[in-house]
Amino acid sequence: MPLLVADKVTKRFGGLTAVRDLDFVLDEGAIASVIGPNGAGKTTFFNCVAGFYQIDEGSLQFDGSVIQHLRPDHIAHLGIARTYQNIRLFTNVTAIENILIGQHRHLRSSWIAAVLAARGVRAEEATALAEARRLLAFAGLRGRGDVLAGNLPYGDQRRLEIARALATKPRLLLLDEPTAGMNPAETTGMTKFIRSLRDDLGLTILLIEHEMRVVMDISDRITVLDYGEKIAEGTPREIQTNPRVIEAYLGRGYLERQERQRTAEAAGNAAGGT
Amino acid sequence: MTSVGRAAPVFGVAWNHVIRTGLVGAAVAIYACLVGIVPLFHERPMIQNIISLGQTVLILILFGTGYLAARGWARGLPAILAGAVGGALAGAGLTLLVVAGAFVDLRAVFTPASPALYDVITFETGLAGAWIPTLFGVGLGALAGALALLPAATFRSLARGFVGVLLFGLFAGLLRTPMLGGPLEGLARLLFASDGLTIAGAVIIFVLVTAGSFVRRRKVLPDPLADLPAPQRRLIALPFLVLGVIALLLLPQVLGPFFAQVIALVAIYILMGFGLNITLGLAGLLDLGFVAFFAVGAYTAGLMTSTAEYGLLDWPWWAAVPFAMLMAAVFGGFLGLPILGIRGDYLAIATLGFGEIIRLLAGSDLLKPLLGGPRGIINIPKPIDVPPTHFLAGPDQIYYIALVCAAIVAFVAWRLRASRLGRAWIAIREDEDVAEALGVNLINTKLLAYMLGAAFAGLGGAVFAGLVGAIFPSSVDLFVSINVAALIIVGGMGSLPGVVVGAIFLIGIPELFREFSDYRFLFYGFALIAMMRFRPEGLIPSTIVARELHVPDDTDAAQLPPAGAAAATRQGA
Repeated sequence: MPLLVADKVTKRFGGLTAVRDLDFVLDEGAIASVIGPNGAGKTTFFNCVAGFYQIDEGSLQFDGSVIQHLRPDHIAHLGIARTYQNIRLFTNVTAIENILIGQHRHLRSSWIAAVLAARGVRAEEATALAEARRLLAFAGLRGRGDVLAGNLPYGDQRRLEIARALATKPRLLLLDEPTAGMNPAETTGMTKFIRSLRDDLGLTILLIEHEMRVVMDISDRITVLDYGEKIAEGTPREIQTNPRVIEAYLGRGYLERQERQRTAEAAGNAAGGT
Repeated sequence: MTSVGRAAPVFGVAWNHVIRTGLVGAAVAIYACLVGIVPLFHERPMIQNIISLGQTVLILILFGTGYLAARGWARGLPAILAGAVGGALAGAGLTLLVVAGAFVDLRAVFTPASPALYDVITFETGLAGAWIPTLFGVGLGALAGALALLPAATFRSLARGFVGVLLFGLFAGLLRTPMLGGPLEGLARLLFASDGLTIAGAVIIFVLVTAGSFVRRRKVLPDPLADLPAPQRRLIALPFLVLGVIALLLLPQVLGPFFAQVIALVAIYILMGFGLNITLGLAGLLDLGFVAFFAVGAYTAGLMTSTAEYGLLDWPWWAAVPFAMLMAAVFGGFLGLPILGIRGDYLAIATLGFGEIIRLLAGSDLLKPLLGGPRGIINIPKPIDVPPTHFLAGPDQIYYIALVCAAIVAFVAWRLRASRLGRAWIAIREDEDVAEALGVNLINTKLLAYMLGAAFAGLGGAVFAGLVGAIFPSSVDLFVSINVAALIIVGGMGSLPGVVVGAIFLIGIPELFREFSDYRFLFYGFALIAMMRFRPEGLIPSTIVARELHVPDDTDAAQLPPAGAAAATRQGA
């Protein structure tokens, strides 16, 4: 069952078409990746889904309802959460408060009740704090709750950003380059973590990623963008052998050289045969 | 060879540095004289019949020049030499000023450059004594150079002693008045003259403060509370807290009516600082139109209570206060709605405009039939008015009311800080886009911050109207906004104790030095620049608020995945 459907989505910035006629379907419970060279329109597509940009043409549907005209906070309420390519934590507050802010849409108490410290508010705050601690531990940040988010090491910041997104209890999680800047060991850990989000929490995950090992390892489906257009889509195996993808990444020259090599080899074989 | 960079030291002194420092010192000294700080300050004695505040300023400049010229650039005798030369240069600047003043009439441009000024500089010897400041510069600079050789801790203790004398001298009147006629009268007569300190007082204070600082630094007296666990420490702190509250309550009785008026004003600004702290400190909205809501609150209270021409209802002050707050909040919403989409600095400009619009409207002919134009609304009754006994009839009642209101606002701010709304404000302050993507409704949340801030500004306005008994357009000018914003910045953004300290520094102290009010904004500017340069986080920066439910966070967290994080249905693996 499709959770996110993009139908002929186009986004322009002045004369530049960042995303052109993009059709995209994401099934519930899947892990899908969007890859492509720099400037291919991957993050623009994310920003369209999250409501940061208004799309110019086409439609976006989440769980059967149209979302392209909604504000980001409405989209968050529907159950889409995201992380950012350049980590955007609330750096001057503690890790645990970052997660508490993420729980915003699930807390009900009014500010007047908060001033009066009504019993319901205190109970809700206690629950929220316990939940925040649990998320912190789940993200592997146990014991780091009182550290200012900006003082956490890089890898922890990435994890905290995901924990903050999880605090909104999303159905769809958009991860923008979650392993960027990580060493191989951290990357392996992050890959495992992302998979557990799907396997243990039942989240649907859409990620932008440059690290091909991660992409090929965890994706059910891969979509390749180049200059804002979808040039290929399929399973990791299909993508690896798709000539258009290789061309986009390695250039036409690479393909031609390979082609020449192959003909030469064939000619050599033929010559040897006689 | 060494034309670029530091010249080769002669006699072990880096002359480049010494000369540069000396010339800067001379410029500062001449500036202080020509803008009139020195002659005006001369009218207030520091130590009676010995030295005035104006001369103290010059001494500080000469001494400071010598110290900066010597410190860290030379050792031993050369340091004293460097200090002396630096001080001499600064002093020579003053000599030059006296000589120039004798031949050229500087008063055409600088009105304070009168013979009186030269008398201050030359100890009333005129042109014949023009060499005196240079000599003083040599002496003070050499002294500073010698002191700069002392260990840093010792120097700091001496400096504290000096600052102690300075502070006691400045606040001599404030301290002396309540001591007279009490058991402390003897002490008061020993320390304070009728104006300024006595010689004995100055010596005693210097010795005591220096020794005290020295003892504390050496930790001769260990802190008896340091080893106790937190709850016990809190228990011991409790009596001190109670004493502090009692002292706060007795303050206006002890200080007399003039100071009661001053601290009432300080309390009103603390109240408004707490209010703006919600808008600026928590939600990060730089609102420079704060005075608009102050004005709305004050005028609403005035219209509802005044017994004079423009009063509408003759209500008691207390009944008008909720309406003043409500009106201010409504205005906040009304003005806020169109402009809260504006970010950062642009918001400051837009709100600045609102403040001015309100002031101009209040004084305009258009609204004169309603608001009284430039003559304002008068005969606003006192909040507490008990005719036969005249219980709390003076400005002290406003002090108490403002204090209680400030406590309420602080309480509200403190509770909100740790609530869903407070966290949403902080999220907006930190990163609007991310906050919105996490489900925070920007418009509602910002509007609420703006309206709450406005309501508290309105409360401040109503209390102010009660204090003055009248409200005029001239009372609701831009400086109300600037004062409130500046006291938050000086105190420390987002910190409630910071607001208190900021209000005392920027509102209370200038009120005590009314005779120097011409230079109020000069010192304001100095203070702000110095703050930004040396302590940009404010005097008392806010710390991470310790959670009430503070459990060390690795004790209870289960390793379970969060409950119900998503629909459990999923297909494929």
